Amino acid sequence: MRIDLEVNGQRRTVNVDASRTLLSVLREELALTGTKYGCGEGQCGACTVLLNGRAVRSCRTEISRATAARVTTIEGLERDGRLHPLQQAFLDEGAMQCGYCTPGMIMEGVSLLERLAAPSADEIVRAMQGNVCRCGTYPRIVAAIQRAAAAHMERP
Amino acid sequence: MSAPHWPAADIEPERYELREVTLRAGLPGATRREFVKVLGGGLVVVLVTRNVHAAPRLAGSLGTSAAHEGAAAAGPEEIGAWLQVDGTGAVTVFTGKVEMGQGIRTSLAQELAEELRVPMASVKMIMGDTDLTQFDQGTFGSRSTPQMGTQLRKVGAAARELLIGFAAQQWDADRASLTAADARVTDLRANRSLGYGELAGGRKLTETVRDDAVQTPAAQWTIAGTSAPKVGARDIVTGAHKYTSDLRLDGMLYGRVLRPASIGATLASLDDAPAKAMRGVVVARDGGLVGVAAPGTSEADTALAAMRATWTAVSGTPVSSRDLFEHLKGARPLGAGDQIEGGGGSAPFVRGDPSAAIAAADRRIDQRYTVAYIAHVPLEPRAAVAQWSRDEQGEKLTVWTGTQRPFGVRDELARAFGLPNARVRVIMPDTGSGYGGKHTGECAVEAARLAKAAGRPVKLQWTREEEFRWAYFRPAGVIDVSAGVRSDGTITAWTFDNYNSGTAAIRPMYEIANQHVAFHPSDSPLRQGSYRGLAATANQFARETAIDELAELVKMDPLAFRLKNLDDPRLKAVLQAAADRFGWGEKPATNHGVGIACGFEKGGYVATCAEVAVDRASGGVRIVRSVTAFDCGAVINPDGLRNQIAGSMVQGIGGALFEAIEFENRVVTNAHLRDYRVPRFSDVPAIDVVLIDRKDQPSFGSGETPIMALAPAVGSAIFGATGFRPRQLPMARGGIKLSASDQGP
Repeated sequence: MRIDLEVNGQRRTVNVDASRTLLSVLREELALTGTKYGCGEGQCGACTVLLNGRAVRSCRTEISRATAARVTTIEGLERDGRLHPLQQAFLDEGAMQCGYCTPGMIMEGVSLLERLAAPSADEIVRAMQGNVCRCGTYPRIVAAIQRAAAAHMERP
Repeated sequence: MSAPHWPAADIEPERYELREVTLRAGLPGATRREFVKVLGGGLVVVLVTRNVHAAPRLAGSLGTSAAHEGAAAAGPEEIGAWLQVDGTGAVTVFTGKVEMGQGIRTSLAQELAEELRVPMASVKMIMGDTDLTQFDQGTFGSRSTPQMGTQLRKVGAAARELLIGFAAQQWDADRASLTAADARVTDLRANRSLGYGELAGGRKLTETVRDDAVQTPAAQWTIAGTSAPKVGARDIVTGAHKYTSDLRLDGMLYGRVLRPASIGATLASLDDAPAKAMRGVVVARDGGLVGVAAPGTSEADTALAAMRATWTAVSGTPVSSRDLFEHLKGARPLGAGDQIEGGGGSAPFVRGDPSAAIAAADRRIDQRYTVAYIAHVPLEPRAAVAQWSRDEQGEKLTVWTGTQRPFGVRDELARAFGLPNARVRVIMPDTGSGYGGKHTGECAVEAARLAKAAGRPVKLQWTREEEFRWAYFRPAGVIDVSAGVRSDGTITAWTFDNYNSGTAAIRPMYEIANQHVAFHPSDSPLRQGSYRGLAATANQFARETAIDELAELVKMDPLAFRLKNLDDPRLKAVLQAAADRFGWGEKPATNHGVGIACGFEKGGYVATCAEVAVDRASGGVRIVRSVTAFDCGAVINPDGLRNQIAGSMVQGIGGALFEAIEFENRVVTNAHLRDYRVPRFSDVPAIDVVLIDRKDQPSFGSGETPIMALAPAVGSAIFGATGFRPRQLPMARGGIKLSASDQGP
């Protein structure tokens, strides 16, 4: 079926089976491969994107649910060549090793910061619990989220 | 108990130490002339080396190394590394090593930039491309830093000296008055300078150098030794970096492979008509593979699900995870003698008279320790994109794949399709982690078979479930330890028998007069192979737990007991550093306990202290805080090293406390992330890392050794908190089981 989407601020139309996952449409139809497959079962968070500003697992989201919704992927965070503060914070903290979990971590973190401008370490851990970093960079990811939150608070 | 049905070649206790390298002379894929043509103009500097294993041979494995050293010394000359400086001053370095998150793309570039005297930004690393880089055995064993790092420093230093020579010639100046810095050669006396681009441009010169150029001492480093940011990090945070699984070729299809109902089962019948009838779907049956290629992953899933297959299971009573350890202790490897090449075999290491010494000891322990199979769970499941093409020389196969052994996978592909190695090209995009789990080429071969059948490029990415069921595991093992100690705390006797898990770090680093240390290969019911640190984690866990038990018998503090029986000053230094930072000796809170452990492997010295809190009602264990001190010689990139060490500690939590593969009737029964628990945010303690930067010592790797000491330190801490001594990894799956008598020591 024909499905109209708004992805990273652009209107996109795809002609796919309604049961397709948002993940497969993003990666295979729209060539937005920043969103990763990690488990296909919503257990690792590598496929996290924003649907109307809230983090969802795109591997468990049928494309029909995304109709008329705003989808934001990792590719959509940068504005006019400027990284989102959380992307910058991941760089500043060196919060990655292989980087495969990073897009999902950042999308989950952006969703958290939308809800809570200054989350505590416990709140960060609770919000991020569904995202796996197998390289074990969790402490740096927590630090990156705190850094981005602090950067936000400092803005006038 | 019936034999398992993995081919004998798969029964490898620890894969990457099994084979010594066959040294190969010459350039891969291309002759030297062709190679320079590919590169274009400028200066190409090729480093020829006689022994790629110039790094000091390290203790830790069984057996003597004399045969190995002799073979290496007599080996042919081979190309160690090379680089190009072009007319713009851009530097391109070619190495067969690969990046999978460990940061080697960055640290190797730092070492090269340091010696060549160029900014990091002008260095481009071409890595793991079998048509462009020299043969490399693979990226494992923490060899990249001591081996490739050393070679790149040498070729960088040699190239620098050549460029200085060009300037001296051009100016007719005394080269002693010239210095190289920031990609320029400067004549201080005449106040003139030339950029590397100007010196190299217009030339078409390949210089071969031997590995004797003078290198910069670590104390004078300005680029190496600093926390250079990870190369390529920006593309990772924007999603622009292309992992293998992100690649798209024109006309590419997506593959799926039909898997057997149980391990070793063979296909009895197949109805693939429904799949064949689907639009755009290709069904492939080739070389034992049944699979599909389709325009998208969902079409491929649908086609695969439409296949009707029946399977013939392997006959006999299978081993399950419940009776695994009995089996491993009793079984012998299938189709192999006790000697496994390079794995140490069963020839034990013997010193003194351990039996007599144990009999004469004041106190003794006799204990068994076990470790479970665990999975690597690389977050990017293995993936490959295969493309067949044809040129005047015939068929050519190109495969992009995330592998730690691009040349090994190239050879696997060449064998599978009867092609000469030169007609297969493997390219390794920086990959979504490996941890020793991506040594093999099965996914690459499958993708190539599908692509051949489809006549179009095919991408195959394994599902998470396939990773759990069809990749290989860290070997399970049984380790029996008997040891004797004098009342004054001197360990007098040590016997250590490891069944199946492997030989890495098997020999004690303690000074013990009477020893018997043996590795016994067994008959693994599951496919097993390399895992970060190999058997070092298992051997460390058994040894350091046993050491703790000895200390307990003679009522000595675990730190003091270790220091008394150790001689190596660097090992003692990391122990003391970890203890000092941790505050060893302070009394922990109620239901808290502290533990300490140390080890040496692959050139790295590690000590870890841990504090745990135990919930006595549930048996739940939480690691509260942990300190690791690490010494791997001169540090190339402090922040990258901290990242590796802390990451190892976090990954080590899984194997220490809760990761274990379960299987029954030749089926893995926890093949999903919801059933196989990996460390998550809430599992992470406060982590502190102490770096001991020995600028007077050669640099060694850090990807593996820091994982070794966590499990025994945590086990010791659990004992401290409860009086219950964990002797199995994982230690606290579903909580530790305390009895009424466990009240703390």
